[in-house]
Amino acid sequence: MFRRLMFLLPALVFVAIAGYFLWGLGPARDPSAVPTAMIDKPVPDFDLAAVPSLGVPGLATADLAGGEVVMVNFFASWCVPCRAEHRYLTAFAEQTGVPLYGINHRDKPEDAAAWLAELGNPYRRIGADPGRAAVEWGVTGVPETFLIDGAGRIRFHHRGPMVPEVIDRDVMPLLRVLKP
Amino acid sequence: MIIELGHFALILALVAALLQGSLPMIGAARGDAAWMALARPAAFAQLFLVVFAFCTLTYAYVTSDFTVANVVANSHSAKPLLYKVTGVWGNHEGSMLLWIFILAAFGSAVAAFGGNLPPTLQARVLGVQAWIGIGFLAFTLFTSNPFLRIFPAPFDGEDLNPLLQDPGLAFHPPLLYAGYVGFSMAFSFAIAALIEGKVDAAWARWVRPWTLLAWAFLTGGIALGSWWAYYELGWGGWWFWDPVENASFMPWLLGTALLHSAIVVEKRNALKTWTILLAILTFSLSLIGTFIVRSGVLTSVHAFATDPERGFFILILLAVAIGGSLTLFAVRAPALKAGGLFAPISREGAMVINNLFLTAACAAVFLGTLYPLFLEALDGSKVSVGPPFFNATFAPLMVPLVFLAAIGPMLPWKRGDLAGALARLKLAALGAVAIGLIAWYLKSGGPVLAVAAMGLAAWLFVGALVEWTDRVKLFRVTPGESWRRAKALPRSAHGMTLAHAGLAIVMAGMIGSSVWKAEVVANLRPGETVEIAGYSLLFEGVGKLDGPNYQAERARFSVTRDGEELAVMFPEKRVYQVRAMPTTEAAIRTTLFSDLYAVIGDADGQGGWTVRIYHEPLVPWIWLGCFVMVAGGLTSLSDRRLRIGAPHRQDAESSARRATA
Amino acid sequence: MTRKRRRFYIVVAALLVFGSATALVLTALDDSLDLFQSPSQIMAAPPPPERGIRLGGLVEEGTVLRSSDGLSVTFRVTDGAQSVPVRYQGILPDLFREGQGVITVGSMGQGGTFLAREVLAKHDENYLPREVVDALKESGQWREGEGEGVR
Repeated sequence: MFRRLMFLLPALVFVAIAGYFLWGLGPARDPSAVPTAMIDKPVPDFDLAAVPSLGVPGLATADLAGGEVVMVNFFASWCVPCRAEHRYLTAFAEQTGVPLYGINHRDKPEDAAAWLAELGNPYRRIGADPGRAAVEWGVTGVPETFLIDGAGRIRFHHRGPMVPEVIDRDVMPLLRVLKP
Repeated sequence: MIIELGHFALILALVAALLQGSLPMIGAARGDAAWMALARPAAFAQLFLVVFAFCTLTYAYVTSDFTVANVVANSHSAKPLLYKVTGVWGNHEGSMLLWIFILAAFGSAVAAFGGNLPPTLQARVLGVQAWIGIGFLAFTLFTSNPFLRIFPAPFDGEDLNPLLQDPGLAFHPPLLYAGYVGFSMAFSFAIAALIEGKVDAAWARWVRPWTLLAWAFLTGGIALGSWWAYYELGWGGWWFWDPVENASFMPWLLGTALLHSAIVVEKRNALKTWTILLAILTFSLSLIGTFIVRSGVLTSVHAFATDPERGFFILILLAVAIGGSLTLFAVRAPALKAGGLFAPISREGAMVINNLFLTAACAAVFLGTLYPLFLEALDGSKVSVGPPFFNATFAPLMVPLVFLAAIGPMLPWKRGDLAGALARLKLAALGAVAIGLIAWYLKSGGPVLAVAAMGLAAWLFVGALVEWTDRVKLFRVTPGESWRRAKALPRSAHGMTLAHAGLAIVMAGMIGSSVWKAEVVANLRPGETVEIAGYSLLFEGVGKLDGPNYQAERARFSVTRDGEELAVMFPEKRVYQVRAMPTTEAAIRTTLFSDLYAVIGDADGQGGWTVRIYHEPLVPWIWLGCFVMVAGGLTSLSDRRLRIGAPHRQDAESSARRATA
Repeated sequence: MTRKRRRFYIVVAALLVFGSATALVLTALDDSLDLFQSPSQIMAAPPPPERGIRLGGLVEEGTVLRSSDGLSVTFRVTDGAQSVPVRYQGILPDLFREGQGVITVGSMGQGGTFLAREVLAKHDENYLPREVVDALKESGQWREGEGEGVR
């Protein structure tokens, strides 16, 4: 009996290891993620001017504490994934009615204008950020997206593009809680 | 159209593999010769279809067909032809196709050369091989299809990562995969033997050449990869204990153990269950390596684009292949008949010790590689296990292994005489002391451990040579008689000498380049010099240079030693246009005993440049030694007794008798 | 030499080898692990100087300073809430940039400065999640030279 168990040992060890692998594949886990420290913090102090010639106003801290849930998205015309997430963000804003605010990160105004003219502008406000606001927000690259509750607190922070998987998995359930 | 044909061929290959994996297995169980005979044509058909698919993808790359998504993502019309071809496997999808191609090639080799295998064994081996193929074909077709079109087609491609546009890395994956996949042969033979319930010397005769071939490929692949990291990444290091590197190193360690234990099965009919287990584990680690590299469960500097969905698919593959085979092992292995007896001090005993140390070393690497995952799962804390861990665990386990590697070959089978073996190694001990003293003198005392380790390398090197010279009775009989004896010696004996000597050379290179490495970082203006290890490097300035698909800033150093001009070195910083990605090109001046290695960094804006110069003693020996080891493996492989197709039952028995006599 | 006896020797040898391997692994794990920390974690509880740390975050804009000899570099690594000054000697990786994510490996030095012995910027351009690549390819939107925008 003991001898039999010895022969079973490799298989048992493998089962344990496979269990860890399965856990490691979990969708919420990203081993290279830079941890975010922004969740449940009030939005940082910032005040950004509008991007000239776009016809939408700029963005400041005060705009984010209006008692309404809003989404803030860092983007740039030079960033490929921003282009990819653009249509999903547009659809999200249309379907849910959540105001979408943009922060245009280290971009030339004319490039940003051309980019939005090509793809459409879903943003109600766009602040032009030469770089400082990204640091305040703890942004490590574009695109990154935040969901702010009515009290001006950050409730959700996503690094990388807002693809449908992320919206369905993380944003929609949170939105149902914040905005019943 | 051609691409669609390739796609279709790959689907047909899956069908062929399904046939090959089912009917012959049923035939073998029922003793139906006609069904068993289906395995061979199915294996050939599978190979033909996979080769065709591979060629169509290559064609798409060479002709820059930007309607194929995979080509768009990894190629560019301005890329040199060589990298258009190697770009085929420079990405996840294409590399899976290469993997399948090699797998099918090994399967066909059994079909072609295995005519003298017992028919049921051959049918079962091919059947198991087909099952591995089914897994990877399905994986490729369902999650990583390289034949997908893109519409509308873009104007040009995105180019291959410039770091991969390099001859060293271009041929690293094929060698590595040939090694990984080659171990699938040992695996298939092990599973077939478990199904048959019989392991004998003839079986080991069959497993050994395949393992040897895979081992030689893997050794070459790992060496090429580390050489690439050394000259391309610009850090002057050749091994980083990165998860991706460990993924290839673990199968190597177990494969080396398997190589040795298979000899015991062949010669002495002992250690059978253990050898079967090793064969399963070696290939399992190859599969786990694939999983680690492609699933993203661990962070690594050089990984493929990772994707949990693919990871999940591979995990299912792992569960079926590894879980299934280990369960089969648990059920069937206890029934295998135990083999010959031997004393602890004997050739067999030495092989057991060798296996224990290699397995323990592999376990340590495995634990260190996966520890971050285990710990994060347990308490959520994120850690990384760095080189200090591996140096502190791996190196101490290698010391006794290398020490015993010189003694083992001196011991006869069954029962040995330790005192006699040690007496024959007097010269090796002398060599060890001499080299130790030389290192001590040259490095004026150096770290004691490093000096001792150099002595150990010399011990193995001289020990391997002594064993060989004893066999040919060099200097004890006339040179002509020695030559005759050397020719009569089995090739595998020469192979062992080469492989052990090669290991000693690698070891010396590793010690020299890590312990006595010198590094200077300086900010230089044109006309200034830096001194390192007796060399002076005069910085003459930086010029611009246009390459075929990059632009570079190229520095010029003239190297002198004791006033004598030796060389001019040109380290570069390149920016590849398509991806706007900067890379560092080190300039390396190699002599037999050391490398001088120069890298330039950024300009400080005031006419100065940051430069980094390394002097790495003995570093070329690492790759030289690997080359000698591969040569040893191939020499052994060319042994007539091991040659594919040679083994006969009778032959095995007579040699077993010879061995006991 | 009986079968039982041989097995006994093998078991003893295996226990010896694996026992010492386990001992090596345990001691090595004790003192050679690098802990991943964010600037906030370091500020909240400064680790002892002998502890190996991997500090991850982004290079704060406008903080990269080269010393006059051009050899050492200082910059701040931030996670948005806190930032930690870092000093590093040597050549920065090719992909090092202000505002980009980095991982620095080293330990805490005097006066709250992190002494990095290694600075890593991810050299893998395959950083795009696959669904993004798919989305881009679907719309034919891949543009040359734009691969850098992520993280």
